[in-house]
Amino acid sequence: MQVELFVNGQQRSDDVEPRLLLVHYLREVCGLRAANVGCDTTSCGACTVLLNGTSVKSCTVLTVQAAGQQVTTAEGLAADGELHPVQAAFRQEHGLQCGFCTPGMVMAAVGLLSENPHPTEAEVREGLEGNFCRCTGYHNIVRAVLAAAGTAGAAAGGTADGERAEVGA
Amino acid sequence: MIPAPFDYVAAESAPHAVDLLGSLGDDAKLLAGGHSLLPMMKLRLAAPSVLIDIGRLTELIGIRAEGDELVMGAATPHDTLATSGLARSDAPLLAHSAGLVGDPQIRHRGTIGGSLAHADPAADLPMALIALGGSVDVLGPGGTRNVAAEDFFTGFFETSLEPGELITAVRVPRRPGAAWGYQKFVRRANDWAIVGAAAIDGRIALANMGPTPLRARAAEQALADGASAAEAAELAAEGTEPGEDVHADRDYRRHLARVLTRRALEHRA
Repeated sequence: MQVELFVNGQQRSDDVEPRLLLVHYLREVCGLRAANVGCDTTSCGACTVLLNGTSVKSCTVLTVQAAGQQVTTAEGLAADGELHPVQAAFRQEHGLQCGFCTPGMVMAAVGLLSENPHPTEAEVREGLEGNFCRCTGYHNIVRAVLAAAGTAGAAAGGTADGERAEVGA
Repeated sequence: MIPAPFDYVAAESAPHAVDLLGSLGDDAKLLAGGHSLLPMMKLRLAAPSVLIDIGRLTELIGIRAEGDELVMGAATPHDTLATSGLARSDAPLLAHSAGLVGDPQIRHRGTIGGSLAHADPAADLPMALIALGGSVDVLGPGGTRNVAAEDFFTGFFETSLEPGELITAVRVPRRPGAAWGYQKFVRRANDWAIVGAAAIDGRIALANMGPTPLRARAAEQALADGASAAEAAELAAEGTEPGEDVHADRDYRRHLARVLTRRALEHRA
């Protein structure tokens, strides 16, 4: 069936099967490969994108459910060649190891900060509970989100080349 | 994993969805947030021939006070309920339970009506509805009826919804200031309860202690007779026949029911 929606601000109209999952639509029809298929069971969050600005797991959304709505992927964050503040913070704080979870983490973080612009460290950890990092690189991810939010908690992170205080215990 | 093929139609209103259910037959399923249904379809545990989408019907979304009841549209997402100022003040136990479902992304999509219709005995909202003595508004070909929570859950993943009916709203008594407690024992973050207990004033509900969420009536009676929270909680598992699985055997579940009920009665969130 024909579905019309907006992907990263661009209007699209595509003929899709009703069973086509949003993550497969983004990757295979739109050619946007940031959202990864990790667990495929609504657990790991690697497929997280924004739907009308709120974070969702695109492995558990049908493309047809997104009709008429705004989908944002990690590809749609940077504007005019400038990294989104959350992307820049992940880079600055080295909020990744292998990188597989990173697009989902970044999108979940963008969604979190839109709902709670100045989260505490505990709120960041709770807010990212739907995203798994199998490298267990959570400390730097949390540090990156706090840095992006510009909260006092990020200041404990020190500089990129200095010794870092441990965020959390 | 990709679901088996199906047809899709977006309902234009709740009555339209009922008409579609009637004309499309037993193989049609309602789709709201899809966070119980789509995982089952991906695993081929469900393979409906057609999905009727009610997830964007604004008439089914929202929270309002109506007399002494709080009324949630059936397609209200968990996150909306968990963060609603009205729900947090007038039905804090319900708002709290909605905030424990899954994770933030899941709470953005999953809906209260979907969770209740799915009727997982280990889930949060069915237990909360039993604890609060709530009810659901059901629309069918013959009109609307209201079903009390304890008449709604009839078995393991089974409800008294008839074919051709849909939940339009969920009602709970407004209880601002009532003392409540909510306990959920899990092995992993975001998981379903191995056992759960919810208490508000003298009412106690348990999750995953049988095929449906149920009330700990012996413990409630003891409370009514003047027993302490600790004394009453010792009776929490009376009359229950919990299932056994890899997480817990029957005796362990009964132990958890007693411990969690005591903590819930001590009004710990």
